[in-house]
Amino acid sequence: MKNRISDETVAYIGILAKLELSEEERKRAGNDMANMLDYMDKLKELDTSGVAPTSHLFPTENVFREDIVTNGDGQKDALFNAPAKKEHGFLAPKTIGMEEG
Amino acid sequence: MGLMQYGALALGKKIRKKEASVLEAVTEALDAIQEKENVIHSFVTLSDTYALKRAKEVQKQIDDGTLVSPLAGVPVAVKDNLCTRGIRTTCGSKMLEHFVPAYTAEAVSRLENAGAIVIGKTNMDEFAMGSTTETSYFGATRNPWNQEHVPGGSSGGSCAAVAAQECPCALGSDTGGSIRQPAAFCGVTGIKPTYGTVSRYGLVAYGSSLDQIGPIARDVSDCAAVLEAIAAWDQKDATSIARRDMDVTAALVDDVRGMKIGIPKAYFGGGLNREVKEAVLAAAETLKEKGAITEEFEFDLAEYALPAYYVIACAEASSNLARFDGVRYGYRASGYEGLHAMYKKSRSEGFGPEVKRRIMLGAFVLSAGYYDAYYLKALRVKTLIKREFDQAFERYDAILAPAAPTTAPRVGSSLSDPMQMYLGDLYTVSANLAGLPAISVPCGRDQNGLPIGLQLIGDCFQEKKIIRTAYAYEQSRKEWDA
Repeated sequence: MKNRISDETVAYIGILAKLELSEEERKRAGNDMANMLDYMDKLKELDTSGVAPTSHLFPTENVFREDIVTNGDGQKDALFNAPAKKEHGFLAPKTIGMEEG
Repeated sequence: MGLMQYGALALGKKIRKKEASVLEAVTEALDAIQEKENVIHSFVTLSDTYALKRAKEVQKQIDDGTLVSPLAGVPVAVKDNLCTRGIRTTCGSKMLEHFVPAYTAEAVSRLENAGAIVIGKTNMDEFAMGSTTETSYFGATRNPWNQEHVPGGSSGGSCAAVAAQECPCALGSDTGGSIRQPAAFCGVTGIKPTYGTVSRYGLVAYGSSLDQIGPIARDVSDCAAVLEAIAAWDQKDATSIARRDMDVTAALVDDVRGMKIGIPKAYFGGGLNREVKEAVLAAAETLKEKGAITEEFEFDLAEYALPAYYVIACAEASSNLARFDGVRYGYRASGYEGLHAMYKKSRSEGFGPEVKRRIMLGAFVLSAGYYDAYYLKALRVKTLIKREFDQAFERYDAILAPAAPTTAPRVGSSLSDPMQMYLGDLYTVSANLAGLPAISVPCGRDQNGLPIGLQLIGDCFQEKKIIRTAYAYEQSRKEWDA
């Protein structure tokens, strides 16, 4: 393994990915990531200077339409799958006045 | 002969000729599922009540002449990452175990408008991340040809359902080979259309720039018919393309004379199983005997497609799957303190190991300091791969390759070594990177009796060429499934 992923990096990626990993998962994640990066490093063999990155294969244009409501009131549908709801809204833990976790 | 032994078009014809009713077709599909599911496990959820109700409606429309589609009354299975209003859609994940969509995916709606009847939602690798259908939260699907083996993935449930004759056709999705590889492993036919051909509206996103929905069926004609039904421009998908040449059943012509077929040498080197190689090259020989011109060519960038694919797919996955946070829908953990802890705990408990692995890898390649080195680099390599395909298609009508380097592996043998599983996508991912249409057709079996798939890749918007080539091959194919 050429790439080494430090515990700090794994912890940082955990924050970015919003994942909480157990000690064992962290170890495994570091190893898996290093393995994959070794493989992905193969791309470095190619000289891509002057090559533009492609994100869209075909020319795409913004799709515009008049701002007319066509789908009606979906409140009931939208709330149907909510893990927790209160009256007409989604219920989530308090965010203001709490420390970031 | 039971109705589930017929292909989609043959069954549709029987229904139109009143030799069978829609209700009989649906009932026989549900009976076949009942009989086979404890062994194969193709389905996560059955929509039997809905299907029986739809059967009556569709029969009425056929009887009064308002529905004349060739697929009217034909039962279809839908991969469980396509939203179906009122029918649970899990993506093979604990995260969406109880998720019931409020709308139906455009591809499914179109198929329903053609009179096809959704009988259930098929098993898949969690969020389509896997090549064996073993990462599903709802348990593994088995290969109908040999239950000790996997059906491939991630559309393993859809392919197994068709192979086991639980239904004549199904929808799958293909991000890096997820239709073609399981189709090859299960001995059925599958098409990944040109990017933008089928609306992705209602498809739970994995790698948005790579995902395409496509048909899975018993033969090329059935696949073409399903593709014709689902392909259309859709305002609800910004990447959707308006095409006027999607009457692909017109390409079901048994004639490949003068057709130029390129065989990339790099796809037949080390790592390719000997029996797969022989079967695929024998298929090339068959096409040559029918008047096609086959020629080997150098495809220099072949080995760079897979690493580029994993960078891009994981990056897009980490972004797409950020929406699963336990607030509006999906799994929410209990016993947390504060919003961030809730996000983290819900995601950590709701996602399985393979999904977490790819989200983390994606977050890494997108993170400050690595973005240029990995993500942008992969997008540049994508440009080069597209260019190399463009050059190849100046000379060839189609590219012929294996669908997968091996036949279906044994259950349990891939999960322990993710890298090995990723290598199984070697021959399929480049079509996704370049947005190309590709088809997988059965072309033989190995000594253990497991099916082998031939892959034909076409230039963008050239579905007709690969469908024609595959159809012609199918007409002259030696008996492979006896």
